[in-house]
Amino acid sequence: MDLNDDPEQAAYRAQVRAWLADHAAQAPKVRGADAIADEDERIEAWRGWQAELAKGGLCGVTWPQEFGGAGKGPIEQVIVNQELAHAGVPGPLDFIGLGMMGPAIIVHGSDEQKRRHLGPMLHADEVFCQLFSEPAAGSDLAGITTRAVRQDDGSFRISGQKVWTTNAQFAAFGVLLARTDADVPKHKGLTMFIVPMDAEGVTIRGLRQISGEAEFNEVFLDEVQVGADAVLGEVGGGWATALTVLMFERLSIGTSPIGYSAEKFAAVIADAPGAREDSDVRQRLGAIGTELIASRFAGHRLLSDLAGGGLPGPEFGLGKVTVVSAAVSAGDLIADVVGPEALDDASEWAYMISFLPGLKSAGGTEEILRNTIGERVLGLPPEPRLDKGVPFSELKAREIEGVA
Amino acid sequence: MDLSLTDEQEFLREAARGALARVDTVAAARAAIEPAGSPEHAPLPDLWPTVVEAGWPGLLTSEDGGGAGLGLYDAILVAQEAGAVLAPVPLVSVLPAATILDAAGDADSAAAAGGELRVAWVPAAPPTDLDDRWTVEARSGVRRGGLPTGVLDGDQVTLDGEVAWVPDAPNADRLLVIADVAGTPTAVLVEAGAAGLTVEDVTRYDATRPLGHVRLAAAVGRRVDADADAIGRAWHIAQALLAGEAVGIVERLLPIAVAYAKERHTFGRAIGSYQAVKHHLVEVLRLQENAKSLLIYAAWASEHAPEQLALAAAAARSGAGHALDYATRETISVHGGIGATWEHDAPLYFRRAQLSRRLLGGDHGAADRVAGELLAGVTPA
Repeated sequence: MDLNDDPEQAAYRAQVRAWLADHAAQAPKVRGADAIADEDERIEAWRGWQAELAKGGLCGVTWPQEFGGAGKGPIEQVIVNQELAHAGVPGPLDFIGLGMMGPAIIVHGSDEQKRRHLGPMLHADEVFCQLFSEPAAGSDLAGITTRAVRQDDGSFRISGQKVWTTNAQFAAFGVLLARTDADVPKHKGLTMFIVPMDAEGVTIRGLRQISGEAEFNEVFLDEVQVGADAVLGEVGGGWATALTVLMFERLSIGTSPIGYSAEKFAAVIADAPGAREDSDVRQRLGAIGTELIASRFAGHRLLSDLAGGGLPGPEFGLGKVTVVSAAVSAGDLIADVVGPEALDDASEWAYMISFLPGLKSAGGTEEILRNTIGERVLGLPPEPRLDKGVPFSELKAREIEGVA
Repeated sequence: MDLSLTDEQEFLREAARGALARVDTVAAARAAIEPAGSPEHAPLPDLWPTVVEAGWPGLLTSEDGGGAGLGLYDAILVAQEAGAVLAPVPLVSVLPAATILDAAGDADSAAAAGGELRVAWVPAAPPTDLDDRWTVEARSGVRRGGLPTGVLDGDQVTLDGEVAWVPDAPNADRLLVIADVAGTPTAVLVEAGAAGLTVEDVTRYDATRPLGHVRLAAAVGRRVDADADAIGRAWHIAQALLAGEAVGIVERLLPIAVAYAKERHTFGRAIGSYQAVKHHLVEVLRLQENAKSLLIYAAWASEHAPEQLALAAAAARSGAGHALDYATRETISVHGGIGATWEHDAPLYFRRAQLSRRLLGGDHGAADRVAGELLAGVTPA
């Protein structure tokens, strides 16, 4: 039972740490109270920092070397993430591109797409965003209605609305899932595209959340024209490409550090007059602490599996349920103990309390996650489905009939 | 980073499973709680010879002290196997006792490790961030008792006091009492038949966990030369072992509940296809996996970070206790009314859960200690 690196990992960690020690002074402040205030300036500085990280080999850690990556495994990605946190510097600006879109292009992209996109992505010259979810299709992602219609010249015209799009406001490209055939069952008529965000017909609007900040965007597409060479993977094969992206998303989340910690919450309670002696407060903190410590060691177990050559299975998603629900309870406890002061705009707790209700659904709602794990891990039968084998157009007609 | 089981640990687990399979311990748990005198009643089988043959009393005792010198995770693996089949195996009693005797380099360490002496540890909890007393179980109420008092004369200690709900006390050859001797927690070995010692058998609700109230009225025992750290460590080891038993039960019950949810149909489909049922079963899985992660933490801390052992063991107890409660109730629910009857084994596991969760400070006390350690600034690895 060993939480330490093996010799090879230790050597890699030392190399990463040494590089960061030499370059940390160049890192911009992008989060917290002393972050660069102006958004454009902040993004430009962060872009430069990613370029620097890329030069040091700390971007695309798991990408093959032929595409400019380091050709390492997920465990080395974890080491890089840990060392970035240890050095107190931000990671790359484009975690979505590096973690999900780049790997998906490497798997499904044409040679030309790889040549065109991977280099600029690695160095943050061109940031990527993910255009999957829609206002009426999130958990049931294959139910999207954004359509891409093929023109006589082979190009496509795309119209529809996407939502929850992180980084859209400064992204150069989006990887977009659209329906190219509504007359086949819904998983079959989908195609993935690489869409320039500055194309005519693309409108981006910030989506403000409970905290008042806009961390996501809505993206509207109105007859946006892209060439046949914008298709990522096969026409009609978009679902397979989407599953690849979601697999990389799981890995990307699995190797990222968890931001909420038992000891940090405990420190707030310890400072609040009378809280430490209150048995109800202690029981609540004990339960929260138990869950968060469990999730920390679940992370260690995952790393041990990765080191042994495994990949995170769907059950890893339970870790997110644990962390989010424990953090929700912690926010509640802190607000109870600290009082309305905890809800001041300047308080990090107000931010956390506002952020968590949305986080609960991020990357898939808790209910969908429990369905998936119940079916894929426990082997329980799925709910009967009314959409199997039914052409998408007919499903939509039934919906309209049901509402009318 | 490597948290996988070693080949030796896999072997230990298989061997434990095999040893415990010689007797149908679940059937025995049922027969033992049938009314005495009824044709269904049978006294609990004596598994002590199996325990001794397997070498479990000496699992945690150093090789110098006459034991196997294994780690806490090895003992937890055995506890998981014992829990899974409700085996009446007194690990939470004999292993903490053995670690204290071993730490003291006591003359009886080898006999305890070899099982020639069945030594029951009389649990004593170390101070918390709020309460600087060492405490013991009271018969009832929320205020914990103080340690029995001891007066030292040479190597002999004269003991007065009471400790309630002591696991395995009715079966032990010796009791290892923790007494307050001039303000210092002191381990004292008392013979079962000693004058002034009474053990009232108070086995309740779950026959597989024999319990006794221990009363000491000028009972004389022999001082064991263990320091407060070793005595406190015994408490944390016991918490981790209780957690191991609990996880063993949860791992046994989840597949049983899942199998039934696939096989039982209502309204034309398997009940496991309903989200209302499925999500609860996934919650059992979530709590089970969290508890397993905490067992690893406790075992790791015992080996590598003793300053985190109190936090880790308390978290394991708290998490595993919650998982056990949830899993035993959910197993009953999934099976419907029948799950709450003696037609099914679920009630036997439920009884085990309800009783275990109240022993050794209770799950409630463990959650409090998690909070206390965090509030005192302990940072988990």
